[in-house]
Formats: sequence, C-alpha cells, structure tokens
Amino acid sequence: MLFMPTCKEAAALLIANEDRVISLTDRTRMRLHLRACKTCPNFERQLLIMRNAMHQWRNYTEDAPQNRDETLESRAP
Amino acid sequence: MPAQMSISFEQQLVAHRDYLLKFARLQLRNESWAEDAVSETIVAALGKPQSFGNRSQLKTWLVGILKHKVIDIFRMNARTVAVESNPDTGYAGDDLDGLVFKANGHFAQPPADWGNPEQDLQSQQFFLILEACTEKMPAAMGRVFLMREWLELSSNEICKELGLSPTNLYVTMHRARLRLRECLELNWFGTRPGLP
Repeated sequence: MLFMPTCKEAAALLIANEDRVISLTDRTRMRLHLRACKTCPNFERQLLIMRNAMHQWRNYTEDAPQNRDETLESRAP
Repeated sequence: MPAQMSISFEQQLVAHRDYLLKFARLQLRNESWAEDAVSETIVAALGKPQSFGNRSQLKTWLVGILKHKVIDIFRMNARTVAVESNPDTGYAGDDLDGLVFKANGHFAQPPADWGNPEQDLQSQQFFLILEACTEKMPAAMGRVFLMREWLELSSNEICKELGLSPTNLYVTMHRARLRLRECLELNWFGTRPGLP
C-alpha cells in the first residue's frame, strides 16, 4: 500500500535523491506526491537549480565561463 | 632562458594563492590547515612545472593539486575531524525541518518559483552569495557538503574519510541542502537584486 507522503517526506526524498539511490517504492511515492502537490514541484526545481549552480561554481574561474548543462536525472551516489 | 621562465612561473603560482586559499578555507574550516594545503600545493606545482602545458589551464591544474592536498590534511587530522563531523556532537540542534515545515508536514512558507535562472548563474554576485551561504554552515556540515560538492567524493568515500555512518552523512547532507535553499531564497531569489 502506497500512502501518500507529506510535503516534508517528499522533500526529504527529493533531497536524498541528490546523494543516494532511493528505493523504487520511495521514488514512486515521491512522484505520486509531486503529481498531486502544487508547491513541491517548485522545491524539486529549486534543487535542480542548486545542482546546476554547484556544478557551475565548481568549474567557475574568472577567466573562463563554463557551459552548464545537467538534466533532472539523479547523479551517481 | 630557463631561469627567467622559472621566475615567471613562480609569480604566476603566487598570483593564484588567494583563489586557492578561498577554497581551502571553505573546505577545511581551519585557517592553519588551509594555509598548509595551499603552501603544499604551490611547492608541489613548483616541483613539476613541466606537467602543466597550457597557461590558461594553470588554475584548474592548481585546484586539482589542492584537492589532493586537502584530502591528505583530512587524513592527517582524522581523529579531530571525525569527532567534529558527528551531527549528534558536532552541531546538535541545527535542524531546519521544524522551521521549514509545519506539524502537519506542509511547507510553512511554500517554496518560491526561482524562475529560469540562466542569468543568475552567469553572475559573479550570485556565486559570492552561494559561497557566503556555504561559509555560514557550521564547520562540520560545511566540510561534508563541500566534500560532496567541491571534492566530488562519493557518499562512501566521505563516510570513510570522516568516519561517518551513512545515516549521519545523509542527515548532514539533508540539513546542508535545506540550509542552502533557505539561504539562496532569502538572499538571492527572494530579493532579485537585478529586478525592480
């Protein structure tokens, strides 16, 4: 039985997804919540922006602006 | 003239000192460790000027050496670092969940639409804010966060280097990412200095 997670739980899963592989059950619950929730898609998008920003920052040098290009897919843990 | 070349190489290295020190400080959170890491980076670079070919890539090359020196320093101070890294002892009570979420699990303040921040990510000011947000994290949290985001170590490697359990690592990363989000929303995306 897949109980609908709260925003807090969905957000925790979204964050965890940045650093480790989450279970298929958790991933499904997270997706279900995101489909039903009005606010959490913004949170997901913010995490993606942060991921791109950190990527950009890592490669940032004053003399060479880098290309930034990442997808919504999770990184390797 | 080899003598002239080596002098100019040395000057080039020293010119990058402050840049390297900024990253070393952010990652190590210890002034003397940071200075050691940068000195050792410059000494190592001086010892093998032939291994860097392209002048424009000098900074990248130096940062690569620095990352190895930083990990060496973490290993040399493993015991101190391990004690400070435990979220139960290192920064107990630093938990944003209670502020970000209401008791029923909803957001206290719904996450804002950050738009399509292509321009933000071109702005030097944005990265200054990002660095300030990272710097404001408690030392132990900042170390873990930057090991992931700057050193690009895997979760397993970070646990090994810091003597952390996977649970403690994920708790720390959870708090760090929530904090960074709050800080960026508060200091950049909420204010949008470029817009009227």
